[in-house]
Amino acid sequence: MSQDFALPDLGEGIDEADILTVLVHEGDTIAVDQPLVTIETEKATIDVPSGIAGRVTKVHVAPGQTVRPGQPLIAVETAPVAAASAPDPAPPSSSGTRDVEPPPPEPVSGPDTAATPSPEVAQQPDPAPAAATPQPEVAPVEETAAELTLERPREEAPPAPPQPAPAAASAEAPAPEGMPVFAAPSVRQFARQIGVDIREVRGSGPGGRIDEEDVKRHARSHQAAPPSAATQAVAPASAPDEGAARSQSAPSLPDFAQFGPVDREPLSRFRRTVARNMTTSWEQIPYVTLFQTADITELEDLRRRYRERAREAGGNLTISVVLLKIVAAALKANPHFNSSLDVETNELILKRYYDIGMAVDTERGLAVPVIRGVDDKNIIELAVEMAGIAERARENKLTLEEMRGATFTISNLGSLGTGHFTPLVNWPEVAILGVGRAEQTPVWGDGQWTPRLQLPLSLSIDHRVIDGADGARFLNWIADAIREPLIVAMEG
Amino acid sequence: MTSEDRPRVVVLGAGPGGYAAAFQAADLGMDVTLVDDAPQPGGVCLYRGCIPSKALLHVASLIQETRASSEWGVSFGEPKLDLPKLRDWKQGVVDKLTRGLGQIARGRHVTYMQGRGYFEGPNRLRVRSDGEISEVEFDYAIVATGSLSAIPQVLRLDSPRVMDSEAALELEDVPETLLIVGGGYIGLELGTVYSALGSQVTVVEMTNGLLPGADRDLVEPLQRRLKREFRDIFLNTRVSALEEVEGAIRATFQGEGEPDNHDFSRVLIAVGRTPNTQRLGLENTQVRLDERGFIRVDGARRTDEPSIFAIGDVTGEPMLAHKATHEGRVAAEAIAGMPVASEPAGIPAVVFTDPEVAWCGLTEAQAIDRGIDVAVSRFPWAASGRATTMGTREGLTKLVIEPSTERVLGIGITGHGAGELMGEAVMAIEMGVRVSDLHLAVHAHPTLAETLMEAASLYFGHSPHYLGRQTRG
Repeated sequence: MSQDFALPDLGEGIDEADILTVLVHEGDTIAVDQPLVTIETEKATIDVPSGIAGRVTKVHVAPGQTVRPGQPLIAVETAPVAAASAPDPAPPSSSGTRDVEPPPPEPVSGPDTAATPSPEVAQQPDPAPAAATPQPEVAPVEETAAELTLERPREEAPPAPPQPAPAAASAEAPAPEGMPVFAAPSVRQFARQIGVDIREVRGSGPGGRIDEEDVKRHARSHQAAPPSAATQAVAPASAPDEGAARSQSAPSLPDFAQFGPVDREPLSRFRRTVARNMTTSWEQIPYVTLFQTADITELEDLRRRYRERAREAGGNLTISVVLLKIVAAALKANPHFNSSLDVETNELILKRYYDIGMAVDTERGLAVPVIRGVDDKNIIELAVEMAGIAERARENKLTLEEMRGATFTISNLGSLGTGHFTPLVNWPEVAILGVGRAEQTPVWGDGQWTPRLQLPLSLSIDHRVIDGADGARFLNWIADAIREPLIVAMEG
Repeated sequence: MTSEDRPRVVVLGAGPGGYAAAFQAADLGMDVTLVDDAPQPGGVCLYRGCIPSKALLHVASLIQETRASSEWGVSFGEPKLDLPKLRDWKQGVVDKLTRGLGQIARGRHVTYMQGRGYFEGPNRLRVRSDGEISEVEFDYAIVATGSLSAIPQVLRLDSPRVMDSEAALELEDVPETLLIVGGGYIGLELGTVYSALGSQVTVVEMTNGLLPGADRDLVEPLQRRLKREFRDIFLNTRVSALEEVEGAIRATFQGEGEPDNHDFSRVLIAVGRTPNTQRLGLENTQVRLDERGFIRVDGARRTDEPSIFAIGDVTGEPMLAHKATHEGRVAAEAIAGMPVASEPAGIPAVVFTDPEVAWCGLTEAQAIDRGIDVAVSRFPWAASGRATTMGTREGLTKLVIEPSTERVLGIGITGHGAGELMGEAVMAIEMGVRVSDLHLAVHAHPTLAETLMEAASLYFGHSPHYLGRQTRG
């Protein structure tokens, strides 16, 4: 008799996971509790143990695939396999690469938490009849779930939205002041590590005790619910303007005239484009901005030395130009910074060309001309090209074509005296480097103060794609390359 | 990792907070210097606090047991005291433990500097040792200078007969009469020692009860016992003056209590401890004190000076070694950039008297103070089989419970070995145990730990060994 073993309930917070590794093959004989697959959930990697024993007749999943609780993982022949346990032939196919991305291009449902839940179920590449309905043998898991629901009366809502049930009966408000948090020390530490204020977490355990799953769910719901979605969470799912809620439905303005005289000035098309792009950026991208200071004392000496040569070629050797070259090398060494996120397919699109946008201040406002193929040009060439672009930008002669398709952007506000700032990523890029004004700063070293020219760098990143630590490493790479330009040649 | 890119960490003070911080920092790969004026790590706790006092209390408890045993049909006669030998034994315990810490420090490549530290700035410490001065540069410092016995001005008297706790632990002699100013845990523990050794002890406490801060019902069995053991306990009374007279100290009393004789062979001042923040050069840094004189820190033990952390007694109550140890670890991990904080749900407090008084988490008094609605379940040890077999029926196990969640917020125990029973209490409170968990967990019979389960069962109205029904919530 063959039966399917499905992915068990992973706890309330988790409704899907990615298969990292499949640990069993067709033909293997497995025991209860033997790990079947390694899955990756929001925060943790988990080995899923088998609930049944027998011989694996079919593996339904492959690495990279997104699975949901209840979805069959393997089919198992449960007839007593007492004596001759078949020698496992270990098919060469399944054991996947450990590399997490890019995932295999199979169409997986995995509705991104940010997007509206799509109703489609995971399309299995295999024709097993399993995919349709959960097997009756899966019962034990569901029973447990049922028991849990019995114990704590949850609101009897129709099984409509996959939203985490808000506020179970007893656990009303966050922990009051002066009361210790109702969670074990390990759970409190976990919350600290992932940046969740445990006092805001609602516990789902008996009496409202908080467990690790509650913390994860809290983290996820906050990640998935930007301020605009918060209203949605309060209203039941049927709210009329669900879709509209995401695109900036600005609240109405007060009548300013009651406070004093005002003028109204129409937004130029240019301004409207900037506004739309910045709104997209702000709404789409969970931001982190990191600050760093790079010592450019030596680089500045070099720049002064070669400035004349660039001028002879018709260019202007600015720090921006040098940075352009360094950033292109940094992007080559750190390909994720030169990518775009495809939320439809859950893929990262890594670009193998290095076209860098340079934000420039024009009379009409912000323009971002793009320097193509920066990695293939030397610094003098870039200086010449930049000079031409700056000229055309001032004269409003930049073509639309010249402002399209950047893979990364640099914004330099140094000439205006700015220090660190928080630039907005030029979506669908995933990072932007802000450059401030270099300052002579006394630096302590070797027992004395020496004046060093320090350049403020600010890196904003799309946290969906890049973690803070990776951003910090990227910034360090740039700062190191500024100090030791040879790095560009060695690693870039 | 080369020594250059390892953060240089200086820990000032080598008590249980300081050495724990130093060891943790060393384990995390930092370049650590531990500074203290004692020859080995250990601090007040090991040299002149927890450890020597517990050694002496162990002896006291032995003497008391031999006395009690005459009622069970076994008599030992009067104990003969060999004070020099007793002092040697106590000192041996201290030496053994502090030497061990010194070895551990060396094993972890922690540089131990014997001397007094003084901050010259946010990244530099001057260490003075035997007239020699050295400078230590650091990236981070952890201040763990602990606390000092507080002696009120009016009680300062330059006489060997007036002692602080440190002098009392030296056990110069067994005075015929001993006046203890302060009915806190230090006064009561040392009173227990001296009383067992043969002194007539008088305790003067200016508030209306012994062990301020502990719930009254927990203190009550101890107070009853001490009233028998000690000559006098005067509450709501203060000593306003001391004066040296022929072969004694004459004390002036104010308040409710008045002894027959105002002359005492020795006086122990145990009115509290004060954070040790003076002459550390903190004024050369951004470190700030709060209105009570403690160093101001955040959860990660950071002071107002970004390069300086502080832990233990110097940062606030409760002044307990284990709190300092925990904070020391947190500080070292915070320096390593880990997202940590010291936010325990409960810090156990143990008074090693006979009977012991111990508690953890929310006390009933605190709950009332803060307006938190709690239910309390009390199980008297008179109903404990184990306590009865040990001839000690003075005791109480008590749970402070939040009725709406049935969560155990606090546990207090008075009785023999209450300190050891705190192990389960701490776990219960940190893990967020509900009273039904405690009720349903099988406890060994007959043990004293069983009283925790019985108290939990009593909350539901049915303890097998106790009829008194408690009202819930």
